[in-house]
Amino acid sequence: MIKVGDAVPTRVFELDRALLKAYADASGDQNPIHQSEEVAISVGLPNVIAHGMLTMALVGKFVTDWAGGSANVKEFSSRFIKPVIVPANEKVDLTVSATVVEVDGDRVKLDLVATSAGVKVLGMAKAVVIK
Amino acid sequence: MINPDSVGRTFHGADLVTVTQSEIDAFAAVLGESDTNVAPPTFSIRISLSQYESILTQPEIGVDWTRLVHGDQKFEIYRPVVAGDVFTCAATIETLRTVAGNEIISVRSDLHNGSELVVSSWSTLVVRG
Repeated sequence: MIKVGDAVPTRVFELDRALLKAYADASGDQNPIHQSEEVAISVGLPNVIAHGMLTMALVGKFVTDWAGGSANVKEFSSRFIKPVIVPANEKVDLTVSATVVEVDGDRVKLDLVATSAGVKVLGMAKAVVIK
Repeated sequence: MINPDSVGRTFHGADLVTVTQSEIDAFAAVLGESDTNVAPPTFSIRISLSQYESILTQPEIGVDWTRLVHGDQKFEIYRPVVAGDVFTCAATIETLRTVAGNEIISVRSDLHNGSELVVSSWSTLVVRG
C-alpha cells in the first residue's frame, strides 16, 4: 500500500560526453553548448552542460521504472535551476530520489529531487503516475 | 526584442509529424529503457522544441536561438505516444515578459493525432539579454 511520505529509493545515473552526443542525436537538439567546450565557454558557461531535457528524461526513467512503465506516467514537470556540468573524459552523477506527496486512488504524485556533484539541478520537479 | 504582437497567437505546423519506431528506439536507448512499445514520457519534446525553433526564429518574431536556455517544462500525457502516431502540432505563445534584461517566453504545444489530443506541454524559454 503506497502512502504519503513513502520514499522511492535513490538511484544514480551517470552522464558523460558520449551520452550527451547520443541524446543530441535522439532528440534533435544539436545546440553546441552540449557538445563543444569552446562554444560553452564562449557563452559564459563553466564547461559543456547536459541538455536540461536529458536530465529530465533520466529523471523520467526513474519515475517510469517506479511506475511500472512509461504508459503510467501522466504528468511530469520541472524547473531547470542549475546545469549538469560534464567535463571531457569524466563521468558525472545525476542522483535522483523521490517522496510520495499525494495518493488519490491509483494516482500517485511524487516530489522528485535531482542533484549532480551535490548541487540541486532541478526545482519543483513533480510527477503524477498511475500505480 | 521579440515582437509583442506574437503573444496569444497559435501557430499550426505546416506538416504532419509521423512518429517512427526507430525514433522511439533511439530515444529510449539513451535512457537505458528497454520497453519501446510506447515512447518515454519526455519523447514529445523532440517534436515540440523543433516546432518552437521554427516558429520563434521567424523574422517576424525574431528570437535568437543561440541565446536561448530552457527555464522549465511540463507535460500532460493523455495517452502514451506510440510509433505510427501522426501528429498535427499547434504551438501557442502564451506570455512574453522581460526580467532583468532577459526575455522570458511561455509556450504551449498541443499534439493531436486526428481529433485526439495526445500530449500537451508547456515550456518556459529564456532568451538571455
